[in-house]
Amino acid sequence: MQEAETNINKIVEKYNYSHIELLSILEEVVDANGYLTEEMVKDLAKQLSISANEIYAVATFYSFINIKPTGKYVIRVCKTISCQLAGKNEIIKAIEDELNIKMGATTKDKLFTLKTTDCIGMCDKGPSMLIDDEVYHSLNPEKVVSTIREYKRI
Amino acid sequence: MNDKHKAILKVSINGKEYEANENETILKVAKRNNIYIPTLCYHSDLFLSGVCRLCVVEVGACRALQASCSTPVLNGMTIQTESEIVNKSRKMLLELILANHYTGNNKCNKDQSCELQELFIKYGVTKSRFGRPKEKRYKILDNTAVIRDNDKCIKCRRCVDVCECMQCVEAIKPMYRSNELSIGSVFDADLDKTGCVLCAQCVNYCPTGALVEKESIKDVYNALNDPTKHVVVQTAPSMRATLAEEFNLPAGRSSTKKMTTALRQMGFDAVFDTNFSADLTIIEESAELLSRMKKKFLNKENSSLPLFTSCSPGWINYIEYFYPELLSNVSTCKSPQQMFGAIAKTYYAKKSNIHPKDITCVAVMPCTAKKFEADRPEMQDSGYKDVDYVLTIREFAKMIRQSGINLFELPDSDYDAPMGISTGAGLIFGVTGGVMEAAIRTAYEVITQREVPFKNLDIYPVRGMEGIREASLIIREPIDEWKFLDGFELKVAVAHELRNAKKMLDSIKANESDYHFVEVMACPGGCLGGGGQPKPTNMEIRKKRARVIYDEDRALPYRKSHENSAIIELYKDFIGEPLGEKAHKLLHTYYTARAD
Repeated sequence: MQEAETNINKIVEKYNYSHIELLSILEEVVDANGYLTEEMVKDLAKQLSISANEIYAVATFYSFINIKPTGKYVIRVCKTISCQLAGKNEIIKAIEDELNIKMGATTKDKLFTLKTTDCIGMCDKGPSMLIDDEVYHSLNPEKVVSTIREYKRI
Repeated sequence: MNDKHKAILKVSINGKEYEANENETILKVAKRNNIYIPTLCYHSDLFLSGVCRLCVVEVGACRALQASCSTPVLNGMTIQTESEIVNKSRKMLLELILANHYTGNNKCNKDQSCELQELFIKYGVTKSRFGRPKEKRYKILDNTAVIRDNDKCIKCRRCVDVCECMQCVEAIKPMYRSNELSIGSVFDADLDKTGCVLCAQCVNYCPTGALVEKESIKDVYNALNDPTKHVVVQTAPSMRATLAEEFNLPAGRSSTKKMTTALRQMGFDAVFDTNFSADLTIIEESAELLSRMKKKFLNKENSSLPLFTSCSPGWINYIEYFYPELLSNVSTCKSPQQMFGAIAKTYYAKKSNIHPKDITCVAVMPCTAKKFEADRPEMQDSGYKDVDYVLTIREFAKMIRQSGINLFELPDSDYDAPMGISTGAGLIFGVTGGVMEAAIRTAYEVITQREVPFKNLDIYPVRGMEGIREASLIIREPIDEWKFLDGFELKVAVAHELRNAKKMLDSIKANESDYHFVEVMACPGGCLGGGGQPKPTNMEIRKKRARVIYDEDRALPYRKSHENSAIIELYKDFIGEPLGEKAHKLLHTYYTARAD
């Protein structure tokens, strides 16, 4: 916890305690600590002189700002309308079955976390998803299962 | 842009010509001319628009319908507020809302004040082509006096707006995104963990049953039905000016003498008035102000000035959370509600020979923060919980309806003695500036033994609906004890809505102001705009409510707290001196910094 505190102090100092830089600050905090805790949000609120609710509102708006611990790999399936129409529900179902978890959860071995994300700009090649920063598009249930199995092998 | 040079525009609405000013929205022009346009997000007291889109209208050559709340008028614009396509579109929007509006099997307790239900009925929306939610998605959050049920929320954001912009509290915000968006707090906490001051303005503006107060109706019925309980009730000053609105009467009608009869018919054993304890508050608070001034200006000792009033529990919660460093400036006087409870279970119990444990003390208040205040652990100075149950005016109206009482057909009656005896000074506590005015009426007379130098005792400079009002009064020819105040300029200020309180606190912290006495009310217009008042509220309605209070004050034989015969007797027989030992035990309190 102490380590997280020093990290936050360094980051807010770098951004001059400016709440206008909130998104960049949150990104760096999540990079350094993996996810946001309630204590971190309250600490940031104090240091940036804005409400904790404001920070949480921004954090929950973006699927890349984790508010829960995640597994080693984070799968983000695009849930926006093009991917929805292209069949993202079957993709999610296939992943849930393969990993034996529900949407939003992390596998017991802490290897995968399954989330949705808003549009990732692959509308013409839906359904699409990200595993960490890697884009996977034109998905079907078989393809997504084999992709995940590859990650399991790494 | 200069107001004088604003061009007058001509627009046509539904085939008729109207004048409009530049930069005005279509909705504003329509409202001014009594043309109906439904709105679920826009409200004249608030700052937001363009969320619900129910106010769409047809505009001239525009291909799509326009949201009238956020479309400025242009010269020569032709507008249709009612047409087949407009109505079809509004109906569809309502169906879309209904598709996400889960009410379950529980009857919604918003009752007849639900704006959404009103529109469903108006537009004949009984079912939704898009289905209905099959199960509850959110937990009901009910740790505090304000209950939140996100399944009924339509995400109009009025609550967010009022909390952030009117009250500067930010206890709730839109969290998450798109179809997962919900109004909530950090890590989905309930309101007790987010600095919520329980002013319940969000409840006042919520167009659905997503935000409601926690009811105490059942507890009060239980007490009334318990033959061993002597149930006393106190009614807040502002209630007589607003209760009629709950019975579909226009704002601006008094129901003072009817509600007392109603309370008796409902079975209350003694019908008392918070105005009585408001008078008591004035005696203590003006004494406190003068003692602080004596300390500072005569004895040159340290003493926290300005003195802040302490009647508004939303305001007390706010300063405890956000400005704890200024807590020593807050008057230690309990609010009238709590003074009443402490006196009812000591003085009144003794006088009427009833054991305080057998007394149930009920308060009818325009306020939900009063519920929290009554539950504070320090509010038990009588040895028992001083005030047992607090009902909002809406809850009380509900009880009247449930009792089958036809309020305005009842005979008139008066309050019971002694705690129903009051003056006009206690009555004006219900409106912003009232506590200040009542305190000045008494304090000036204590210092000079003469009435305040205002015609008919009406201290107009502290009245009105301006967010912050300042006034000063030069003290002339005081009596010997207060000689040091001869020629002294007493500077006072009044603020209502917490955003104005915040401005005031910031200026005091920055040493930019030199007030001696400051009144703060958390709600717009003071208690008459409180979170427990009848709905709807707007500036026009609040002005009418204020009128009732000032008119009634003017008509009363006694208008200064120190002339209240029951208060004089109370001090003589029981309390002794203002700020004395007994007063300190029963009538004063302390505050706790609550920021974490």
